[in-house]
Amino acid sequence: MHLMYFTEQPMSTYPADVGLDFGATALMFSNQYFNPEDGSRLYNEFIEQYKLAEAVGIDGIMLNEHHNAPFCMQAKANIFAAILAAITERVKIVMLGNPLPLAENPIRLAEELAMIDMISKGRLVSGFVRGGGQEQLAAGVNPAYNRERFEEAHDLVVKAWTETGPFRWEGKHYQHRVVNPWAVPLQKPYPRVWIPGVISRETIVWAAQKRYPYIALNTSIEQTKKIWEVYDDAAEEVGYTAGPENHGYLLQCHISDTEEKALENARQFRWMQGEFTGLAHPVWSTPSGYSSPTNRRAFVEFSAGRRANPRGKTSFEDQIRDTRIVAGTPDTVIPKLRHLLEETRPGMLALWGNDGTVSQEASLTCIRLMGEEVFPALRETAKELGLTSPFDVDAPVSIDYSTDLKPAASVA
Amino acid sequence: MAATVQWRTETVEVAGTPVCLRRAGAGEPVLILHHDFGLVDELPFADALAATHDVLVPEHPGFGASERAEWMRSARDLAVLYRGLLAGQGLAGASLVGLGFGGWLAAEMATMAPADLGKLVLVGAMGIQPKDAYIADQALVGYMDYARAAFHDQARFDAVYGAEPTNDQLEFWDICREMCFRIAWKPYMYSQTLPHLLGAVTAPGLVVWGAEDEIVPIECAAAYTAALANARSETIANCGHAVALEQPETLAALVGDFLAG
Repeated sequence: MHLMYFTEQPMSTYPADVGLDFGATALMFSNQYFNPEDGSRLYNEFIEQYKLAEAVGIDGIMLNEHHNAPFCMQAKANIFAAILAAITERVKIVMLGNPLPLAENPIRLAEELAMIDMISKGRLVSGFVRGGGQEQLAAGVNPAYNRERFEEAHDLVVKAWTETGPFRWEGKHYQHRVVNPWAVPLQKPYPRVWIPGVISRETIVWAAQKRYPYIALNTSIEQTKKIWEVYDDAAEEVGYTAGPENHGYLLQCHISDTEEKALENARQFRWMQGEFTGLAHPVWSTPSGYSSPTNRRAFVEFSAGRRANPRGKTSFEDQIRDTRIVAGTPDTVIPKLRHLLEETRPGMLALWGNDGTVSQEASLTCIRLMGEEVFPALRETAKELGLTSPFDVDAPVSIDYSTDLKPAASVA
Repeated sequence: MAATVQWRTETVEVAGTPVCLRRAGAGEPVLILHHDFGLVDELPFADALAATHDVLVPEHPGFGASERAEWMRSARDLAVLYRGLLAGQGLAGASLVGLGFGGWLAAEMATMAPADLGKLVLVGAMGIQPKDAYIADQALVGYMDYARAAFHDQARFDAVYGAEPTNDQLEFWDICREMCFRIAWKPYMYSQTLPHLLGAVTAPGLVVWGAEDEIVPIECAAAYTAALANARSETIANCGHAVALEQPETLAALVGDFLAG
């Protein structure tokens, strides 16, 4: 089991009432409300959180990035990955992940990630994402080619990592006449790639076909099981049986020294009115061409206010009840997490510990209890349940480096 | 206005790309190119022109129900396709009438073959970068809000689309929008090179703008008129961007006179 700490790095000092009045806290919500003095303090507090996470024995630190929104202060995850590479010694740096379609030059990304891998002495996990809908608009990148750009940029980055240069790339969205980066990953054949996501079936299938672990982001137990069904079926079709080492899970979980404080702080997971990526404008979060055509009707009706969000929206109480939010002292949190592990059987688990205006003191308490009390118990549970991570079983980095494939079902 | 025009609809292949084409009337050929928010079934403006002309109204591939041209990457690609459509139909010297986004296409087509052009009518045409304002960004607003913004008189929007457009209509707009993104994402809805090519277009040009156009700034009317070698402009009062849908009779009279003149 690989156990990680995550924070969205919330920009918690913006005036929430102004955001509510504006009706959205992303993309067009003015950055006049971003106070860089607060930003400076907060960035440094997050660094303290990460240092403590390593000190109390947490296996990995999960990073992500978003744009034009207070719910996440990381505008470039590679910046924090580079910082962690230098100031930590042991933790895995788990990027979930770099939004590939936003890259106009994926070679640059390959170089940065290779540098992070070398500086960290091989501790990089290089996840990739499509980026949210509003991120396409924030970056000026065409949402209609999001998936094509994701797949092509991935193929180019992996080739830059695994084949010696110089070579030439003439793709549909990327053309590079000379690819020859003088920075290559330390880990061979290349750093592990994990793919996080929520709803997109195409991404789940793509990850399974690549044999990249899929990390379900804050989904309910039932949703998570459905994701594994899709993943596992796709895995069988390409010749392997998926196990815990292919399944990861991110969960909102706040731990404190009293139940009352834990519940009060856990309410901050709803600080953006419960929206996963801020108070979203449906048109911005789902630009035309961004989503799968199979979801077109649902998103069209949602954006016109004629249907509930296809991504789902539930109350705090509902989320506590269906364990999408877990809160409590170590004594009460451990059995709830055990239940989740029993039900969803992941080999990787990230706990999203703090959000919104939770104080630095409470955040550090949460991390300490996570590392010193909750995770040791979960490691025992994982051993008992056979929940192994890709590191535990030395899983192949991708399907292309698999030596254990069964004949494909369609061939057999 | 001719209320009983019989439109023939067929799918024609242009260089392997299927294009849904409506055609009616007889006389000199006129190609009408529709807006970025798609073609509507009832087009009284086209009906009126069909009384005196051979009117062709293609549905842009990928807009609404017509098959998407996966290969297409720019508005200019679509303009070239329509040049091929006219050639395939054996039509020389067709006049071009472009509405909004279709105006951009018509302007591009005019620059490609200045000698193969009857007259050019641009109505609230996209395609040139405004200096003092911006072409409205549909990516930031809902489908209905964008289409409504094309009308100064909201009662006319209601008459065309209904006060509460159906979910089918919303989905249709989403498909149109996706195709707009595919071919006109960046720069958004204009060409940096088109203004430098328009000077070669010597055919008579009419540049029409709704005085209350909220989609394409009216300064673009002056830019088109100045860039074209032989064009004049007309402004229609109390009218928004979707002139052909909002004031079809006024536009038909104006264009009819211009084409006949």
